Amino acid sequence: MSDGLAAHAEHGHHPDLQHHFDSLQQQHEASTLGMWVFLVTEVMFFGGLFTAYMLYRLWYPDGWIAGSNQLDIVLGGVNTVVLIGSSLTMALAVRGAQTGSRKGTMGWLVFTMALGLTFLVIKGFEYHEKWVLGEVPGLNFTLTGPYAAQEEIFFSLYFAMTGLHALHMVVGFALLSVILWMAHKSRFSPQWYTPVEMSGLYWHFVDIVWIFLFPLLYLVDRIGAVAH
Amino acid sequence: MAGHISPKSTYIAIFVALMVLTAITVAVAFVDLGILNFPVAIGIAIIKATLVILFFMHVKYSSKLTQLVVASAFFFLVILLGLTLVDYLSRDWQPFPTASVPLSPLADE
Repeated sequence: MSDGLAAHAEHGHHPDLQHHFDSLQQQHEASTLGMWVFLVTEVMFFGGLFTAYMLYRLWYPDGWIAGSNQLDIVLGGVNTVVLIGSSLTMALAVRGAQTGSRKGTMGWLVFTMALGLTFLVIKGFEYHEKWVLGEVPGLNFTLTGPYAAQEEIFFSLYFAMTGLHALHMVVGFALLSVILWMAHKSRFSPQWYTPVEMSGLYWHFVDIVWIFLFPLLYLVDRIGAVAH
Repeated sequence: MAGHISPKSTYIAIFVALMVLTAITVAVAFVDLGILNFPVAIGIAIIKATLVILFFMHVKYSSKLTQLVVASAFFFLVILLGLTLVDYLSRDWQPFPTASVPLSPLADE
């Protein structure tokens, strides 16, 4: 890499400017656009699951009320605060990179990763509770009662949606580990911090998915319990 | 590079707004608003997502092209959800397993 840096220094442009771009500005704009095109495909990816959720909720409202009331609203709420908090620290990490603060970038990245890990650990406790209660479709499902089969569909979607979301958190954590390493190596500057910002976009996207999952799975059918 | 740098106070203000909206949506979940519970919860989630997209993800300061791509995500999502609903909600002629009939995969065999 040092050879490459030296070679670039000779022909006089920023070492991270790739030759097919006119300027860092243009390169950054292309990266941002590309990242957002990827995120659009992610929206559609999760969109399929949200569509399945919507249809089954219309068909089996009783199963949804029964299933939703099995979820722990406190753990779900705490995780919402944790994840939105991690979006704040991620935004501050990007700001650290923009302002040339290596220490700030690294500190906020570590903070973000710690919050991400906290989210996953809490999610793990929730999954464990579902296992103990026999509410895991396909592996350990022991619920009985008039709406058990409908609840099984609810929990199938619960695990599919939160599972896919958790998988995105794991990927995001791995991504931020690389960014943290690059920040440690002083790879970023106010002139070039694109990887920090692109990882940030991904992290915020995962936050947004949870912003919808939390009310849909934990909240909207909560009141239905009164009617039963 | 001339990327927009937001002051820390902006991020903290957005975070506080997101926390307030989270508290509201949790509180509302325990109030019986009839058919309004669902639209209120989704409405609050959309406001929260919009705040994250505009300020945390800097889309407010992005180029018009990027903004168009972001909007296209929601355009296609609305087609996916909306047109699916238009189909399924208009199928009264088809006997669904209804809410009052417990779903059982082996029933009536």
